Formats: sequence, structure tokens, C-alpha cells
Amino acid sequence: MSVRTLPLLFLNLGGEMLYILDQRLRAQNIPGDKARRVLNDIISTMFNRKFMEELFKPQELYSKKALRTIYERLAHASIMKLNQASMDKLYDLMTMAFKYQVLLCPRPKDVLLVTFNHLDTIKGFIRDSPTILQQVDETFRQLIEIYGGLSAGEFQLIRQTLLIFFQDLHIRMFNNKGEEVKRIEFKHGGNYVRAPKEGSFELYGDRVLKLGTNMYSANRPVETHMSGSSKNVASWAQESIAPNPLAKEELNFLARLMGGMEIKQPSGPEPGFRLNLFTSDEEEEQAALTRPEELSYEVINIQATQDQQRSEELARIMGEFEITEQPSLSTSKGDDLLAMMDEL
Amino acid sequence: MFRWERSIPLRGSAAALCNNLSVLQLPARNLTHFGVVHGPSAQLLSTAPEGVPLAQRQLHAKEGAGVSPPLITQVHWCVLPFRVLLVLTSHRGIQMYESDGSTMVYWHALDSGDATPVQAVFARGIAASGHFICVGTWSGRVLVFDIPAKGPNIVLSEELAGHQTPITDIATEPAQGQDCVADMVTADDSGLLCVWRSGPEFTLLTRIPGFGVPCPSVQLWQGICAAGYGNGQVHLYEATTGNLHVQINAHARAISALDLAPEAGKLLSAAEDTFVHIWKLSRSPESSYIEVEHCHGECVSDTQVCGARFCDSSGSSFAVTGYDLAEIRRFSSV
Repeated sequence: MSVRTLPLLFLNLGGEMLYILDQRLRAQNIPGDKARRVLNDIISTMFNRKFMEELFKPQELYSKKALRTIYERLAHASIMKLNQASMDKLYDLMTMAFKYQVLLCPRPKDVLLVTFNHLDTIKGFIRDSPTILQQVDETFRQLIEIYGGLSAGEFQLIRQTLLIFFQDLHIRMFNNKGEEVKRIEFKHGGNYVRAPKEGSFELYGDRVLKLGTNMYSANRPVETHMSGSSKNVASWAQESIAPNPLAKEELNFLARLMGGMEIKQPSGPEPGFRLNLFTSDEEEEQAALTRPEELSYEVINIQATQDQQRSEELARIMGEFEITEQPSLSTSKGDDLLAMMDEL
Repeated sequence: MFRWERSIPLRGSAAALCNNLSVLQLPARNLTHFGVVHGPSAQLLSTAPEGVPLAQRQLHAKEGAGVSPPLITQVHWCVLPFRVLLVLTSHRGIQMYESDGSTMVYWHALDSGDATPVQAVFARGIAASGHFICVGTWSGRVLVFDIPAKGPNIVLSEELAGHQTPITDIATEPAQGQDCVADMVTADDSGLLCVWRSGPEFTLLTRIPGFGVPCPSVQLWQGICAAGYGNGQVHLYEATTGNLHVQINAHARAISALDLAPEAGKLLSAAEDTFVHIWKLSRSPESSYIEVEHCHGECVSDTQVCGARFCDSSGSSFAVTGYDLAEIRRFSSV
């Protein structure tokens, strides 16, 4: 399908992730300076120049699982930690929210406005940090340059590509009274509303469209429960059971993308903390135990990111060795990567 | 008035593509075949009257060079004078099967030579014209395949140039027997329509320019070209001249499918706004201007419709597929 979909997918999912983390940080009463630090670190890693360069290369979309690994790494780019159950829930919420937004877009080009809504809010989070703000603006300009001139037909293809990525994802969300709050719902019956005017595609402007703005910003406790109905599980299971012949390609893609991620190691006396996506530790434990087998993401942790300290150490250690013969060349990139994983 | 009939369950939900439903009516054998694209696979189902499912088969896009499993763009039955072939288009090429999907009789790999790295390469838009099958491509070129009465000796006989953007849909109708009659229309992502006359060589008769929105679906009936657009409008043109006769603000979102019941002159339009509308086309006896009348509107609640077809040639029943919906919804008139 369209090879220009990944940047839009990544930035919108990233935006939703930040909205959810921001809401949880407030709900868990994490001190303001720590919360700001977490968001700053994540945003700064997301919009890192090298990473964005890799992201914007024309390429096909990979699986939901491969993408989840990136977000897990991103969520841990700071002093905050997430347990598996919370990370699973975070990813489910992010993907459902963006799927809902794509479906409701009145015009295919509106998905760009949704992206701009996410970026506008992200800029609000880092308003006091000029360097990170500059990184985000740079990405904004790149989006305008690449997507600003695309035709309606090309946006329709991007939209279809996104919908294929999200196909068969059904996780319903309920409020704390148990009433269904979000589900794909359309107006029906003869009442029509005039189409709103088109939003602004400039760097600054009125987007008009509300999709992509922070739906967690008001302090309503929106409880979220995972639906485990067998109908949904069956279609999800179909995707994960078949062995993926492209596993090696996906690992290479991840290595390239994460190789560009610069994660700052937490230094100094500042202790890390754990964020919980649930209302209590017991609930989080319970969710981890009761998550159906078919919905598990089966995550493998790959330490493939740049690490300034470690590479300096390594360089020093290697300098002390005398190399007498040429090291043999490896046969294929895939083997290198798999060998690296074996050493973990 | 239409009523909702028993739905036909699907193994996999329908993908968010346009024209994502093909129906083959076999009244002599009391069977109806349905074809729906799921993503990397397409599902074929055959049903008895009343929608009772009988047999089911899944087809996949042929693998080729590339890093992800190829996605199917469309599946469609082509009724030719001596045989019926099932055609499947994907991001790798064009596959043709016997009508039950049991044997692949022909494979054509797409040439991605001129594509820039940012262009998606795929085939889309399938129609039968006499003993030819025409298939559209990402570049705007339409491939014309010459189909023998039987056997796999299918030959690419012509490549039609006329479009610069990816083809979305192709519509044909049997030649009316007069001279200079338009019997094929091709549509693309920019909304441009090209009207052709078929033959050993196809001739471009006229072009109908777009207006900034894609035209995902077209139909042709008695010289009337019906085109559905991304802004929800349906336009009716005089095919040979390209003159616009009727413009209908039919839907609130992009049109995803059009179909025709030739015996009754009924047009079906379906869109992402969850509505399906049935229109009656006719020509005024005095001026022979195209006229249209709205017959029925059906709301398929909470469903982003992506495919719709009449199930009989008089237009008394139709079927619909929706994004993420794992069934085919059927309606018939009371």
C-alpha cells in the first residue's frame, strides 16, 4: 500500500501515548518536575533527528507487534518504568484511539490535521524547552513539505493503508459506570449537518477538526477495560499464530530505527519510578495474569540502542587489544543481528 | 421497501478498499458466488438461495520480491462469451483463475520499472469487454488481455494510455450494435474518466476531466456513464460526448461502490457514510436526456460500507460489505 504511511502512524500513536502518560502521571500524583522530565525525555527521543530521518524514508508498514517494541523502548526513555500489563494496556489504548480518529475523519486529508492536532499539543507539553521545541517544529515542517501537496487520491491510499493496519482490532472502552463510551459509531437517519470548513495545514492555525486533541485532558476518570470476548480473540489469534516469514526483516527494521534512538541513561541520585496504567497495583497484577494468551504481545527485549558510556568503555578496552589478523566478514546482516540477540 | 435478510458469515473481515464485493449470479444452478478481499487473502463463498452458505475458499496473492506480504486490491468475476474467469489484483500482479477459484490459469507480474521509491505499485480495476479482460494499474496504464474460449493461453494484447494516476475502477457494457458506441469507461485517483470503444484495438473516444477528488467507482448502462466521487457525489454523463447530465449529492462521505441492475436500469451507490441508495436511471423520450429518480435509501448502521452489489439483474436484492465487518449483509425487497 502507500509507502508514506509510517510517519503519520508513528507520530499519531506517539501523541496518544503522551496524552495517556500525562493523564496517568497526574492521576498518580507524580511530582510536577518529575512528570515534566519524563515527558520531555520521551518527546526529545521521539523527535531526535536521526530517528526522524529513518522514519521518513519511504517504506511499507510492519506489524503491530514490531511497532509496539518501539513504543516500549520510547516509554522507557526516562526515569519512568512500566510493567508488562501496563505497557500492554497503554499500547491497546493508543491504537484504539488512533483507529477511531482515522475512521471518523470526514475527508482523507483530515488525517494530516489529526497529526497536526497531536503535534500542537505535544508542543504545549514542552513549551519551556526551546531545543526540543525546535526539533518538533522541524518535524512539523517536514510533514508540511512532504504531505502538504499530496492529492486526495494519495491520502485515500494512506487512509486505506492505516485501516488495513488496524483491521480486526476491537477493544471497547467503558466509563466507570460500565456504559460504553467509545465505539465506532456513526450518525444515521436523515439529519445531515453541514460539512465544517477545512482546517489549516500551516505550521500554526485553527485545525477545526477535534480528532487528535487530548481527550484525557479534563480530569474525568475514564476507566478502560479490555474486552475479552471470544469473537474478537479468534480474529486476533489468527494473526499471531502463523509463523512470520518476515521476522528477520522486521528485526532489521527495528534495529535500524532504534539504532537512531539516543536514550540518555539516568544519571545522578534521581531514582526512577514506576507508572501504573491501572488504578492499583493489585489490578495491574490481576490484568497480567488474566490477559488471554491470544492477546499477549510476546515481547523480546533487544538492547540495540546507542549508549555513549558503553561505547566509550568498549573503545578503551578494544584499544588495549592488539589485532593481528583481519576479522572475517560476516555472511549476512540478519545473522549478525540474531547473533547479537543470542548474547543477551 | 427492503428488509434485512440472513447475513453470510465471513472468515475474515472486509478490508477498507473500494468496490470490495463481487457477485456472480448463477441462476441456472441456483447458486450465488461472493468474493471479498480481507487483506493479504480473498474469500470466495458460494451460497444457495436464502443465503445458505455452501462452500468457501481462500485465495492469496502470489508472493514476489518485497518485504511484506502482498495485499490484494480487488477480486472480481469476469463474464466472457464462453467462460467465466475470476481475476485477483494485488501489489505484485494479476492472477486469473477458473470461476470457482480452483485453478490459476494465468499470472502477470507487474512491471515496477518506472516507479519512484515513493509510489505504491499495484493493479486495481477489473472488467470484461467481449473476449478481453481489462485491468488497471498504479501508473494509469490499462492492460488488455485477450482471453481464448478455453485454456490458459492468455495474451497481453494492448496497453492503453490515457491516465496518469492510479486506476480505480473500470466499467463495460455489451456494445449496442451501433457505430461509434462507447462500451468501456476507466476511472482514476484524480477523478479523470476515459471513455473507450473496444475492438481488436481500443479507441479513446473522450475524456471527462476530474475536479480534485478521486473517482473510486464507475458504471456504464445504455450509453449512460455513472461515476461516484470522493466527495459523495454521483454524476451521470452521456458517455459518447462526455456531457454532464445529472449531478447528485448522494452521500455525506466518499463513495465506495456503485453497481447496476441492467434489466431494470437501477443504480446502487454505497459510501462511507453508512448509507446505500438505489436510483432508477432512464432517458426522457423527447429529449433523450438522462433522468434519475431516488428509489430507496438504506442505512447500514455503524458500518463503513466498502462494497455493494445487486444480487439479481432486476435489482430486487443487494448485498453489502463493511470495514471490519465479518459478514456480508443482504437485503431484499418486500
